[in-house]
Amino acid sequence: MLSLETTGLGPEEWQAIALSLKVAFWAALASLPFGIFIAYALARWDFPGRQLLNGLVHLPLVLPPVVTGYLLLMTLGTRAPLGAFLQNFGIVFSFRWTGAALAAAIMGFPLMVRAIRLSIEAVDARLEEAASTLGASPLHVFFRVTLPLSWPGILAGAVLAFAKALGEFGATITFVSNIPGQTRTLPSAIYAFLQVPGGESAALRLVLISIALAMGALILSEVLARRVSKRLSGGGRS
Amino acid sequence: MTLRVDLKHRFAEFSLDLGFDVPDGITVLFGRSGSGKSTVLRAIAGIFKPDQARIVLSDRVLCDSEAGPCLPPQKRRIGMIFQDARLFPHLTVAQNLDFGRRFSKRDVPAHAVTQMVDMLGIGALLDRRPEGLSGGEQQRVAIGRALLSGAEMILADEPLAALDEARKAEILPYFERLRDEIAIPVLYVSHSPAEVARLATTVIALEAGRVIGQGSAEAVLGDPAVLPVGAGGAGALIRATVRAHHADGLTELDAGGEALFLPRLMADPGHPVRLRIAAHEVILSPDRPVGLSALNILSGTIAEVSEAQGSAVLVALQTGAGRVLARVTTRSVAALGLCEGAPCHAVIKTASIAQDNLA
Repeated sequence: MLSLETTGLGPEEWQAIALSLKVAFWAALASLPFGIFIAYALARWDFPGRQLLNGLVHLPLVLPPVVTGYLLLMTLGTRAPLGAFLQNFGIVFSFRWTGAALAAAIMGFPLMVRAIRLSIEAVDARLEEAASTLGASPLHVFFRVTLPLSWPGILAGAVLAFAKALGEFGATITFVSNIPGQTRTLPSAIYAFLQVPGGESAALRLVLISIALAMGALILSEVLARRVSKRLSGGGRS
Repeated sequence: MTLRVDLKHRFAEFSLDLGFDVPDGITVLFGRSGSGKSTVLRAIAGIFKPDQARIVLSDRVLCDSEAGPCLPPQKRRIGMIFQDARLFPHLTVAQNLDFGRRFSKRDVPAHAVTQMVDMLGIGALLDRRPEGLSGGEQQRVAIGRALLSGAEMILADEPLAALDEARKAEILPYFERLRDEIAIPVLYVSHSPAEVARLATTVIALEAGRVIGQGSAEAVLGDPAVLPVGAGGAGALIRATVRAHHADGLTELDAGGEALFLPRLMADPGHPVRLRIAAHEVILSPDRPVGLSALNILSGTIAEVSEAQGSAVLVALQTGAGRVLARVTTRSVAALGLCEGAPCHAVIKTASIAQDNLA
């Protein structure tokens, strides 16, 4: 009989949970500056190739994850030219947790950019105009007006990317395989438990934990976004 | 400090082709909607790029499209007050006021802020966020924000248009103080004759992207060729001083030696006032009329009769008090033999000049 009360989590399971959180955290954090930059470019700049960039960003959303993982392996694997080049500087992605984070970041990137782009588009461009007549350079306008006013969307985008990273499986397992302690995140661990006889109970525990983490992240993002937008709209004094 | 502007730009519907000077004081850029007023302001501020432009503020070239790229808005040191106040919603009133100061090359001292806050009466609002403020309060903060940015000139794009009458009356005095107390050129866009009459030192009238009249407020508003914004709009401006208050509730004014009577003014004897006399409130008579209830009769000679607009004609009468415009029918012009040089009398109802056209 399965019962959560009697079966505590084994070290292998804890390892998967901790690794998943680490991978998802770094995936969301490291991709955030790029996400903000790309979202801003798509929202505010008119340049040739804008549609192409937009398509490229959204590609991981529609490509089979295994294809994304394979492409990463082809470009950043130790035997690929770019991967070998980066290795000279001690930067290795393949079969490391950093690779898992990179794969997760790329898979979550479309969601992140979309949320941030929407919130930047919602910032009144006339306020940016007013800021420039007050002497603010484009960089100052961005950091003092655009960025603070799009905080709710940036936060939502980051949390969405985090939640997506927790659940990433296809690209991760293709790119960095399924190495316990290094690249075996929650979904990989669930998959591995399901491959061995008698692993169902461990798999189910991890499934429940996955659900709880994902729900927790989504609720957290809602609460934070609401609090920020209340502050921005002047609901209270600072 | 003077601003010189020359602009050319071709739009789908019309083209802009104009040049003018903005001296100290308030210069009102006047014209109906769609005449290109706001575009001119946006070009001066640098947030709109015209095809051709040369903009010089005293000796600083802000833009010369023939010589090279123009200065970006943040380097022009020109403050702009928008129709919608455009305060930053994530900042308090105090932070909004301070926004431009940190970028200013000129040092704006802290006591200037206190002074500005006092002048605009926004001391009680400093810790609040823009959202909770009334339209008039927001616009006052926006005025302070533009002035405190170290700007060498202020552009105001119909700053009162979005406000109701009571709020307009609340803001107008601050622009008057700006004109009278702070030596900074202000270019003020408006299509309201009342605002022009009250604020303008200089008027530039625009029509379809071209300047059709410029000069002192009296000269431009008294020019029948500048038929401002539709039938109700035309009206001359007269400067006068308060001579006495009478017991029957009337105030007597001295306008170039002529006496004018109007309902009690809240101003001490000797105080200067500006009167706007709407052209459709003026009746003309070749002979001095007798037995009329109207108290104000100005005599003079006809300086100009405009071309007919439908059945109506604008007649400019040069009187001892200044120029007066009258809107009369073509039939009357023919019947009374009104022509240039003919002596004539203007009859003005006392009540008709006692509106909000005073300052």
